[in-house]
Amino acid sequence: MQGLTRQIARHAIALVATVLLGGLLSAVLMRLAPGFDTDEQELDPHLNAASIQVLKQARIEQHNIFRYYFHSLQRAARGDLGTSLSLGQPVSTLLKERAPLTLRLVGLGLLLSWTVAMAFALSAAWLRVSAYDALTTFLSGTLLCLPAAVLALLAVLWRLPEALAIALIVFPRIYRYSRNLLDKAYSQSHILTARAKGVGELRILFWHAIPVAAPQLLAVAGVSVSIAVGAAIPVEAICGQAGIGQLAWQAALARDLPLLTNLTILVTAVTLLANSGADVIGHMLRGQEA
Amino acid sequence: MLALRKSILAAAICLGATGGAWAQGELRFCLHTEPKTFDPLKVEDESSVMVRYLTGGVLLRMNRQTQALEPELALSWKVSKDGKQITFKLRSGVSFSDGTPFSAEDVAYTVQQLMDPALHSATGDAFRSGPGNVETKIISPTQISITFPAPVAGLDRQFDQVAIMSAHSAKKEMAVLGPFMVDEYKAGATLRLKRNPNFWKTDAQGRKLPYLDSIKIDIQPNRDVEMLRFKRSEIDLINTLDSEYYDKVATTSPQLVHDAGPSLDTEQLWFNQVAKSPLPAYKKTWFHSAAFRRAISQAINRDDLSRVVFRGHAQPAIGPVSPANKFWFNARLKPQTYSPDAALKALQAEGFRLENGTLKDSFGNAVVFSIITNSGNKARERMATMIQEDLQKIGIHLNVVTLDFPSLIERMTQTFDYEAIMLGLANVGLDPTDQMNVWLSSSENHQWNPSEKTPETAWEAEIDRLMRVQASSADTRKRKEAFDRVQEIAVDQQPFIYLVNKNALSAVSASVQGASPVIIAPQTYWNVERLSLK
Amino acid sequence: MRSRRAVIWRWLACAVLLFVVGISLAANFIAPAGYARQYREVADAPPSHQHWLGTDEIGRDRFARVLYGTRISLLLAPAAALLSTLVAALVGGLAGYLGGGWARAAMAVTDLFLSLPWLFLLITVRAVMPLNVSPLVSVMVTFVMLGLLGWTSAARVLCATASSLRGSDFVRQAKASGIRGVRLFWIHVLPNLRPVLYAQFWISIPVFILSEANLGILGLGVAEPLPSWGSLLQELEGLVSVGSEPWKFVPLLLLAVVVTAFQFVLSNQEELAA
Repeated sequence: MQGLTRQIARHAIALVATVLLGGLLSAVLMRLAPGFDTDEQELDPHLNAASIQVLKQARIEQHNIFRYYFHSLQRAARGDLGTSLSLGQPVSTLLKERAPLTLRLVGLGLLLSWTVAMAFALSAAWLRVSAYDALTTFLSGTLLCLPAAVLALLAVLWRLPEALAIALIVFPRIYRYSRNLLDKAYSQSHILTARAKGVGELRILFWHAIPVAAPQLLAVAGVSVSIAVGAAIPVEAICGQAGIGQLAWQAALARDLPLLTNLTILVTAVTLLANSGADVIGHMLRGQEA
Repeated sequence: MLALRKSILAAAICLGATGGAWAQGELRFCLHTEPKTFDPLKVEDESSVMVRYLTGGVLLRMNRQTQALEPELALSWKVSKDGKQITFKLRSGVSFSDGTPFSAEDVAYTVQQLMDPALHSATGDAFRSGPGNVETKIISPTQISITFPAPVAGLDRQFDQVAIMSAHSAKKEMAVLGPFMVDEYKAGATLRLKRNPNFWKTDAQGRKLPYLDSIKIDIQPNRDVEMLRFKRSEIDLINTLDSEYYDKVATTSPQLVHDAGPSLDTEQLWFNQVAKSPLPAYKKTWFHSAAFRRAISQAINRDDLSRVVFRGHAQPAIGPVSPANKFWFNARLKPQTYSPDAALKALQAEGFRLENGTLKDSFGNAVVFSIITNSGNKARERMATMIQEDLQKIGIHLNVVTLDFPSLIERMTQTFDYEAIMLGLANVGLDPTDQMNVWLSSSENHQWNPSEKTPETAWEAEIDRLMRVQASSADTRKRKEAFDRVQEIAVDQQPFIYLVNKNALSAVSASVQGASPVIIAPQTYWNVERLSLK
Repeated sequence: MRSRRAVIWRWLACAVLLFVVGISLAANFIAPAGYARQYREVADAPPSHQHWLGTDEIGRDRFARVLYGTRISLLLAPAAALLSTLVAALVGGLAGYLGGGWARAAMAVTDLFLSLPWLFLLITVRAVMPLNVSPLVSVMVTFVMLGLLGWTSAARVLCATASSLRGSDFVRQAKASGIRGVRLFWIHVLPNLRPVLYAQFWISIPVFILSEANLGILGLGVAEPLPSWGSLLQELEGLVSVGSEPWKFVPLLLLAVVVTAFQFVLSNQEELAA
């Protein structure tokens, strides 16, 4: 129990430090990338020289990225996340309005993809019929080959829920990992022993195969969260859903530093939470096994 | 008979109770980007301009169909001979959407806000023709005169973009004089406008306008999804339609699509002529040569670009002004001829030679250069690829590079690290003064060589002079002469190689009545107050 | 024990892969026209005797573009997938094997990698490259970047797998026999990471092919007029109209068949190893 508490505390500290570092690194990446200091409005032929200069000066505060990041953290501590340069609205308002939609889409998408992936992977592992394997492989392979934008368009065309589009993007990745991990678990010698002792296939699957693969499956679960968040970007943009994904894409194209830094911090926090959670549970399971 | 009379009376009472309004449902369409602001003075992006058009009340409105200037909130107006002063006689009995009365004071307030030096907007800059303050003189509640420090070319036309704000309303920019007002806004998703109950306009039968109850605007960046929703009747119109979708809809429902003819938009490419650019000296020599630019222009098959990329819904461009701009287009200009042989001959006269299918300059450098365009614009990407094949025929190797817009802008305006760029001008205004900052050599937007301290060539100096002449004159004939000459120089020197003028394509559902698509934005709902739904 | 059916699937898969590679290499002879030639009079045409899969929006023969595009994608995508798999094995596998602080540090770096907007690094890479770079160099750089950035998901799973193996009987037995360090990792741990490595490799191929096309918006990826599967698959984004043009789905079908074939070859390798 003490070991677990220590591990949780360690994870929490590492999480905060990594999140803050993630925010800084994303700001640095954006600062160094070409196009940082530009604004599309500069090309407006109606603007005179003075107005164009004002546009160019708008980002002067962000030139020293380390000072900018430090000041934005200070403001964030007071609840002020800054103002989006591209949308002209407070970042906190934008996140508050849009995060629930993305959370819902990503959550539902993950639930759906895991349900289908595990159903296919478990049934394939249990049945061990090569035709079934071939079919599921072809299906998941085809889904992998479809651009995310096309899946999103299909959702619009066939009036499907957007969460299903996210599920279809995430499912083939989860399926393949799960299938291979279960296959590996089945190749262990204790499975052979169990069969020799007359243990039924269902019992072998749930009591002897899945527990062996569980820590790795949990790692896949943690990673699937960030895959789903990435999938939300094209799905929201195409399906016209005003979520974080759509916001992230707009922010990236517009080089909107205040918005993108905060979004990266949010995404990093979510990714770390998911993976840390998977690590902790995995540790617990390995501890139990030992 | 008595029953019929009673029915007619009942209907008349109902109509009277609604103030004579002809309630006709909700119009639905999409905008491709979110409007950034509802403050009419700060409007910069296309979506905000559209919202301003729907909600803002202006003194004068250019009729998008006839291109003539018409009175709106101003009953009449007079521009002084020197082009510095304009006097308006305003309508009386008009109120803002919140009931606040409209008067000359509101016009004065709006103009003062617009000309505030701290406000940097395209709308305001259009009036800033010289240093000094603007003077507003309220002659009476319905008469005002505005004096600018320097002549403003096309002064009256500029007021088409100035939505009058209330000097007294607590609702600030949300109190409007236009046909609609903002009702609900879900950022990134939907904007709903509802009828302005105090809109002053009536139709010929005395019925209050607008006919529509409301407008629902969805934010939808993806044109494929927009098309799908139109096909499903989830939206009523598509303001700017891609040519490939035009043809597909026209096959089954030709009555739904409209080709209003060449728009004012232009697509063009230009070479980098910035002296301090990091290009090798031999390439700078090529790009500075007018003969080289003319040869490139001659080697491009504009008919194919119009026919293949735009499926016939475009015309080969002649010069900087589209023929759709009837007054300002120089009708004496001859169309560009396509002749790779003539182009090659012209290049050979400049010392270039063809060696094993590769064109080389007099120093033996193979003619290889890149053209950048913004990614995501399929038409431009396709045009660039077609031009790549055209130039291959005369031994020139063209590399097509698509970049995200900020990276492209940085190369174009800061590092000057590019060889050729293909972009376009959209929503171009009719008046040449709208393009002042493109043609003046000292301007930041003088794209092939911005911010020249002094004109680097004699022809640029001449263009500077002519543009200043047309900007400072109130004599339309003199302005036309000067700008015609600018167009001739532009066609001769080819700083921009104009490619095509796209047609204005749109789609309007059969349920919309009164629509008459035109070439000037907003193409399909320019007469929104008179649109209704079946 | 290998079933007869599994052997048949493997041979079939190998045959499919060899066939696809073969026709792409023979594109010069099979394709009716070059991939760049524009038949502008028959732009966006349906299949015909002259153009078996029709033409694209500017009149280029689609069949030729599929064949030539296969060369690019089929060569470079698996190479990039291999690179990402090796990096994942190195980072994740070693971290899990070493455990403790090494694993924690490696996974923190991995999580950071997963979260950062690498878009901007790719934009910077494009900015550093000369504008007049050859299309082939541009696409190779793209796939190398994808390989170097695409390892993170697998690294996490590999770390978890290697961590589990650390306490397994055979590893303890090997250690007791005096096998340590790199030898222990190479002979006893790495082979048991194969299921995850194969999954990573298999998933990465189509993902990288599609990503290469998406990176076109940043100026990376394949440049005109060179075709790739990714750029051909982007035609499907006009789905509203593509529904009535089924020949545009051929690149998708081809890619799906190739990806499935890869999986059968890989799964059989796993059986052989077992």
